[in-house]
Parts: sequence; C-alpha cells; structure tokens
Amino acid sequence: MDWGPLFTNSLEAAIGPVAITYCLAAIGLNIHFGYTGLLNFGQAAFMAIGGYGLGAAVVTFGVPFVLALLIGFGGTAVLAVLLGLPTLRLRTDYLAITTLAAAEIIRQVLGSLTLEPWLGGKDGRQGFAATVRDLNPFSGPVDLGIVGFRPFDAWVILIGWLAIALSCLVVWLLMRSPWGRVLKGIREDEDAVRALGKNVYGYKMQALMLGGLFGCVAGFMMGVSRSSVVPDNFQTDLTFFAFCVLLLGGAARVFGPVVGAILLWGMLNVLGNFFGQATSGPNPIIPTWIMDSNQSSLVRFIVLGIALMLLMIYRPQGIFGDKRELAIHAR
Amino acid sequence: MPAETTIDPATAFAGIPRSPGSAKSDPILVAEHINRHFGGLTAVDVEHLQVQRGVITALIGPNGAGKTTFFNVLTGFDRPDSGEWRFDGQSLKGMPAYRVARSGMVRTFQLTKALAKLTVLENMRLGATQQRGERLVNAMFRPRWRQQEKEITERAYGLLERFQLAGMANEFAGSLSGGQRKLLEMARALMVQPKLVMLDEPMAGVNPALKQSLLGHVRSLPDDGMTVLFVEHDMDVVRDISDWVVVMAEGRIISEGPPTSVMGDQRVIDAYLGAHHDAPLTVEEEEQVLREAEQIEAVRAEETRE
Amino acid sequence: MRVRATAIIAGLIAVVSAAFLLPASTASAAPAGDAPHVRAAALEPSGPLIKGTLVDETDPQNPEPVEGVVITVEDEEGNEVGTETSNAEGFFEIEVPGSGTYTVIIDTDTLPEGRFLRNEDQVQSTATVMGFDKTVQFPIGPDTRQVAGLTEKILERAVTGVLFGLLLALAALGLSMIFGTTGLTNFAHGELVAFGAIVAYLLNVSGLPVIAAGAIAVVCSALFGWMQDLALWRRLRHRGTSLIAMMIVSIGMAISLRALYQYFIGGSRRVYSQYATPSPIFESLSLTLRDVIVMTFALAILVAVSIALQTTRTGKAMRAIADNPPLAASSGINVDRVVAVVWTGGAALAGLGGFLYALKFQLDYQLGLRLLLLIFAAVILGGLGTIWGAMFGALIISMFVELSTLVIPAELKYTGALGVLIVILLIRPQGLLNRAQRVG
Repeated sequence: MDWGPLFTNSLEAAIGPVAITYCLAAIGLNIHFGYTGLLNFGQAAFMAIGGYGLGAAVVTFGVPFVLALLIGFGGTAVLAVLLGLPTLRLRTDYLAITTLAAAEIIRQVLGSLTLEPWLGGKDGRQGFAATVRDLNPFSGPVDLGIVGFRPFDAWVILIGWLAIALSCLVVWLLMRSPWGRVLKGIREDEDAVRALGKNVYGYKMQALMLGGLFGCVAGFMMGVSRSSVVPDNFQTDLTFFAFCVLLLGGAARVFGPVVGAILLWGMLNVLGNFFGQATSGPNPIIPTWIMDSNQSSLVRFIVLGIALMLLMIYRPQGIFGDKRELAIHAR
Repeated sequence: MPAETTIDPATAFAGIPRSPGSAKSDPILVAEHINRHFGGLTAVDVEHLQVQRGVITALIGPNGAGKTTFFNVLTGFDRPDSGEWRFDGQSLKGMPAYRVARSGMVRTFQLTKALAKLTVLENMRLGATQQRGERLVNAMFRPRWRQQEKEITERAYGLLERFQLAGMANEFAGSLSGGQRKLLEMARALMVQPKLVMLDEPMAGVNPALKQSLLGHVRSLPDDGMTVLFVEHDMDVVRDISDWVVVMAEGRIISEGPPTSVMGDQRVIDAYLGAHHDAPLTVEEEEQVLREAEQIEAVRAEETRE
Repeated sequence: MRVRATAIIAGLIAVVSAAFLLPASTASAAPAGDAPHVRAAALEPSGPLIKGTLVDETDPQNPEPVEGVVITVEDEEGNEVGTETSNAEGFFEIEVPGSGTYTVIIDTDTLPEGRFLRNEDQVQSTATVMGFDKTVQFPIGPDTRQVAGLTEKILERAVTGVLFGLLLALAALGLSMIFGTTGLTNFAHGELVAFGAIVAYLLNVSGLPVIAAGAIAVVCSALFGWMQDLALWRRLRHRGTSLIAMMIVSIGMAISLRALYQYFIGGSRRVYSQYATPSPIFESLSLTLRDVIVMTFALAILVAVSIALQTTRTGKAMRAIADNPPLAASSGINVDRVVAVVWTGGAALAGLGGFLYALKFQLDYQLGLRLLLLIFAAVILGGLGTIWGAMFGALIISMFVELSTLVIPAELKYTGALGVLIVILLIRPQGLLNRAQRVG
C-alpha cells in the first residue's frame, strides 16, 4: 500500500474543483433546507441551468463570457419562479418529489436530440472556459508542498474558494438579519409566521431563488473546471450528494457546507484510493473474486450511503452542529 | 398600542338583545352567512355575528362545534365555501392570512406555535411588523435596520417584563414550559400591535399558578384599546374574564349574551349534553363534557338562587 | 460572537488568497511530473477518437445494437482518415490525427435488413474535434416510410401502456401501503423494485430457470422488507425520528443499494436467459404470449391484494392505522405487527414488479432510480396512502407515457409524465382521492 499518494490525492480532492462545486451547491441547499426548511431535491436543475446557460450562450450563440454568466443567473431566477409557483404551497415531501421530478425533466430536455443543434445532445457543450483560461495568472504547475495542481486547476481552485468565502459572508450577513429570522421562523412553523403578518410564500420564493443562485454558481464552477457540460453531470445523485455535504457539515450553520465538502471529498478519495490500490496489480491485497478494480470504485458510494443513514440517525445536527439549534426536527 | 378610550362593557352592551346574531353598538368584526363544509360535514354555518369593540368576547361550544374552523376562516387560514366578513369596515374575504394579521387581527393557536429553535427574544422580534430588515434588499446592510431593531428589542423587553419572561429572553423557546409558551405566543401576538386579538384556547395545558397570571394579561388587553375574541373550554375562565359569550354548536351560533345568562340558557345545556350522543368518546373527552356540563349546571343553580 | 465570525471569514479569504498567490512564483522550480494529474494525462492515447454506438432505439426500453455497418471519416479536404465497421455492440471508434473538423459518413447500404436511419437524409455528420474524443450519433429507428396506421399505433402503445401500468401499479401499491401506515416517503422504494429484478438475475445466471429465480427473488424481497422494518424503520419509529429524517435515511439507503447492485451486476444492461425475445401472437400489436401471461399474473395479484386489504383482519387494521395511528393503537391493534406485514408485503409487491419489468424491458443497476419518479407520480396522482389511487394513478401515468409518444419524441416520454405530476400538484395537491386538512 502506497500511503503517500493516497494522502496527497485525498487532500487535493478535499479542496479541489469537485469539492468546491458541491460546497457551493450545498451553500444553496443550506439556505433552502437549513434555514428555510424547504426540501429542494432539484438543486441539480439550478446547476444545470447555470452550466448550460454559460456553455450554450458562449459556444452556440457566441455571447461574451460575462454576459453568459448573467444569462445563467437570469435562467436560474426564471426556473426558481416556475418551480416555486406550484410547489411552495405544498407539504415538504411533495415539494421534495416535485423538485426531483423537475430536475429530471430539465436534464432530459437539455440532453434531448430535439435540442441537439443548440445544446449538443448527450455531448453537451465544450470549450467555453477560454476566457477563464486566458486570465490564469499561473504559468506553471502550482506546488504547495504536500499538494500540487496543474496551472488551470490551481486557478479554478483559487476562484472557487474566493467564491465560497464570499458566499459564506453573504449567508452570514443575511442570516443574522431580520430577513434571516423570518426564514428560520418559517422553518419552525410557517403558520405561526403567517399569523404574525409575514408573507410566507414570498419569503419562500426569495429563499428558493437565492439558494438557486448559489446552485447556479456551482453549475458555473462545474462547467468551467471541466471545460464542458454534459447532461449526465446533472443526475439525481448530484443533489443527494450535495445534501450529504450539507448534513455532514451541519445544516443551518454558515460553515457547514465548507466542512462537509472537505470531509466528504477527502473521505471519498481515501476510500477510492485505498480500495483502488488494494485491488490493483498482479497480486492484489484483496483477491479478485471478492473485489476487482471496477468494483473497488463503488465501495465508497456504498459507504457514503451508510454514512448518510448513520449520520441522520445518530448525529442529525452534523459533525460539528449544535443539537439545540438543529435545523431538522429529528424527533 | 392604539390609544383609544377604554369601553365600559356595561354600557357597551346596554340594550343589546341576547339573541344569536344581535347587532352591537360598535362592532369591530361583522361576519355574515359563513359556510364551511368538509366533505358532507358542515363545520361552520354562521348566519350573522357581530363582535363588540373594546371588550372580551368568549366563543364557547362543545367539541366539534366548529369554533377553531370558524377562527381559521376569519383569520384567512381556511377558505369558506361562502360568506362575507368585515374587520373594522374592511372586507377580509379572500385575503391571505398574513394580510389579515397586518390589518390588525392577530390570532394564536390551540396547539402553541412557539418557534422552539429561536430564542424567546427572537420570537418576540419576529412579531414586529414593517421591519426594514425583513426586506431582502436591506437585510445584508445592518445600518439600514440597526436603529429599528433596537426599538423593536426595547418594545419586546417591555412586553417580556410584563409577561414575566424577561429573564428567559435569551433561552431557546423550546426550553420553556407549556404555560410559558402560551405566554410567549400571546406576547408575540401583541408585538404585531393588533386591534383584535383572537386566542384559540389560551388556557389549555396551562398549570393553575400560571393560569391566574395569563388571565390577568387577557383581562388587561382592553385597557390598552384591544378587543379580544377567544375560544375556551374552561367555564370558570369564561365567566371570569369575558364580557359577552357566543355559543356555537354543530357549526351554528345558538346563543349570545353576558356569561351568566348564556350559561343558564336551556339550548346551551342541551347542546353540551347532546353533542356526543352518537359518537363514542375517549375518556378525556367524556370527562371534559361532564365537567363543562357540571359547571353550566352550577352556574344555573347560582342563578336560580339569586 | 459577531466579531468572531467576521474574523473567521476575513481570515478564510486571506489564507486562501495567500496560499495560492505566494507559491505561484516558486512553483516552476518543482518538476512538473510531481503533480499526479499531469502523470495521469500522459497515459492517454496519441490521437483523439471519433466514436459512437449504433443502436436501434425503436423501443427505448430495449435498444438493439446494430452490427456490421461501415463508418468512414474524412478530413476537411475530403481525404479518408479512417474507416471501421460497427461491432456486436454497435460500437465503432476511429482515430483521427488531431483537432479539426471531420465528416463522418455512414454507409446506409451496409445497414441490416429492416434497419433505417431515423432521419434518412442524415447519412453524414460533422464532428469538430478539439483535442478530446468526440462522440457522433446516427439515430436508427423505425422505418418512417411505411408508417403503421394511426389506430394500429395507438393500439400498440396502449397495450404497452397497460402492461407497464400493471407493473408500475405493483410497485406503487407497495409504496402507498408503506406511506399510508408509517407516513414514510421511501426514496429507496425504487431500489426495492430493482432488488427483485437483480436477485432474480443473479439466481438465473447461477443456473436457475427464470421462473424459479423470479419466485425466489420475490420471497427474498419480502424477507428484505421484513428485515428492513425490523432492524431499522421500527427502531426509528420507536425513537420518534421525524419523517424528514427518515426520508433522508431512505436516500442514504438508496445510494448504498444502488452502488451495491452495480458492484454485483456491473454497469451494463442484463437480460434473463429465457423469454428474452418471444415471438408475437398478434403481429400487428407486437403482443407476445409472455406479455399476456405477465399482464394476467400482475392483474391477478393486484386484485388479490385489493381484496385482501378490504376483507382480512390485517387489511382492515392497516386502514385503521392509516386513518389514525394513536386511535388504532389504543383500540388494541398491534401496530408493529401490522406495519411489519405492510413492509413485507410492500417489498414483495415491489420485487415482483421489478422482476416482471425486467422480464419484459431488461434490467440494470439504475432500474430503480429510473422507475422511482414514475412510481411517485402514480402514487401522488391517486393521493398518497390510498390503495385504489395508487393503481389508478399507475395506469394513467403509464398510458400517458406510452400514448404521448404519438405527439412528442420518444426520448422525452418520461418528461411528459413528470410534467403531469407537477401539474396535478398545482391543481390538486392532495391527489385525486384524498381529503384536505385543517390547520390549528
């Protein structure tokens, strides 16, 4: 077993572009679920609108990069309204199912043959990150001692963590305000808040839209870091994993998504690397009749699911959460 | 608080007939032809009701009489199948619950809705209306709402002092006892600065010691210019604090009048005793019905002695 | 408190910026090979590939690979870069020298008998290669030149719709029963459906006849449901775990199970060793004896379960619990026992649905995920927790899925059904057969 690369790879993954993407998505979900109690299972849809808004605008229509970002935000706002109008009056579980369905509709439509001339079908869109590439201040690989990144990755990671820091700041500022107080009230009991003269529906819509915008930024991040968007990036599991990130770090805490993303992606990589190494080579540590190298990549997802179950049962407030302020009514 | 001159209940009800739907000298709430069905069941069928301004009116009736549903309809939490109602001259028909509350008609709930994971103080602050900081555009910029927040906090502490909750201001509301939550919910409703306070069973689940203090608070509301309409099962409470009593049974208003005269009304006694003839009762329900019936009988006995 | 949080955020920004900006100048000193990503990149083949898979998607549930078709790639000047013939999986890949625009041409004369390009004019496709592999598509579909009569088409889709609807109903009934008695919105229900199909497949490849494998798989499903309740859900109910927390637990379970399924059967589509390609009994409807038997059997089970729910003691107890759990418990019903029966029966129905579905439409590890939303749609349409509603909803949804293909592209048929779900929630959120609730 080669422990060095296992450790560095996992560290790189814990702060890498994928972790950043999920962290941003989870920051959005934190506003939805952690603070407002909206069970949005359609975060993948907001990410898809962000990614495709950017990708299709730049590649298909030749829109300048910055304008394309604005198109992504605009699309997200429209989606939030379309999704929110019918669903925000519904019970939590119906909301969850509906948003999940909406995300699946959007994924199928984006990848459809009918829209292929504009959106590229199953291949999606590529080559829209040139603007970001051109601005890259790193000319060579970036070595931080233990971990190292290729120049473009380092640049994306820098932008990503700045975006996360800014997002955390925004969330913190909002949640200490009277506006945030109304959201938390809605999470606890929306009828009580309604009885105090607050337009609950309006606040839910604002929360959905705002959280969706963070999802959209996550979509930008995903698109730019891979220099491509394909419909398969935006499957149902994307939202579920973002929920894992949020719940692991602790819902309704400003830094919950950050902690969760680092821990989750670190853990997934440790497991992936460990079993990858244990099953590779001519004489693997784990015999092939138990596990081959294809199967080894699946162990981490089996563990992830079990971890999510255990977390919900034994520590619903997340690893560092405070049970008294717990966002979810665990009992 | 609306600075109106307090109304003397005795003069307010002078000459008002003790019949269902009677007109009041200065009604704050007027409801007409309100109907609400659930499937084949008629929950509410109120022909006419006026609620006098500046006094405490009790809404009583046996279980399933439609009191809470009527409350829900009036406050916008439920939609009636038909009906009209005006609050302070303004029609509330079809108005969403939050706008009903803003117009000055604020309710509490039978099952207390204290927001458990917010502190007592935050619960109170949430009640204040017209907060600049509750608008998304201002929320991130503290200077835009700092001053108002300070005023709200002062007002909240004032009410918490009055309701003896000031010492718990920074506790989570979830750590309060059942009675304290009732107090908090009422105090929070007052943060809205309502004209009409609608209390749904304010005494349910409150221990006797706290009950007296809660009663005192309710009784003092008209002194601040507020009108109170409350649903209650405890006949002692009703007799103690209400100036006028409205009795509902099977969705209809069957009697109205001052507490003592209503409780002697034969229709009221029949309603309480007959309400559960068909349906099987749980032990608690049965006890409650018997208790209420006994109380009414006792009041009647007193009346006849007089 | 406030000051500390500001400081943390400011610190975070500072640390992150510093960490990246400072070493940027020294980075060139380190050998490039140290970064693992760079090493990995070196292993890629020399030139990018133009590749694709030729599949007949007449029936999207059952795509058939098209073998032996000649594909040619030409560069911008019209020079041939490479040519290849699609293999048994319909797959082809042709290496190109580098980035550029290429023309990919399909030789329609080499298409097997009865296969046609969906768009017969699209014999060539332009591929822009930008350093990466590029996938091209040649949709192969039904011969549009000999369109079947509209009536025939409607009939054919309707038959598929009824068949799919009956299988969906089996799954939906299980979900609805579990929701009705426990209130749990089980996101792992799709995985229960897949469980039946996959256990049957594993038994089948180890030598058992399909029917026997299916029967054992249904028994295993029932056991699986019973064990889940005993080991997990019952304990959570007794702890008083909230429904939302339980819902998230079910998501965790779904993620684990799906990965586990892939662990055992891999990523590709699987078929049972028998009854995979039966011949139709009515040529025009493509209705086979297998389908008729599957439909009759599913219908019989649904009727039997409905009768059982109406007449047996346990069935009545179930409905009592669904109505008012505390009242049911206080009137002497053993809630745990009834819920155990519901979990066992619900999982068995789901497993049976999954097995029969795989018999007709093949299986893979994502079968459950794909069906889950349709099951939800069916159950919500009828009203969560109502027995008749679930079956009724399943039939409506599946008919909608199949018949909608007459007007919308087949690739979007599930999209339409999910759209219907959203519209229903907009108009009548409590479902078609449920009551509204009182607040306060």
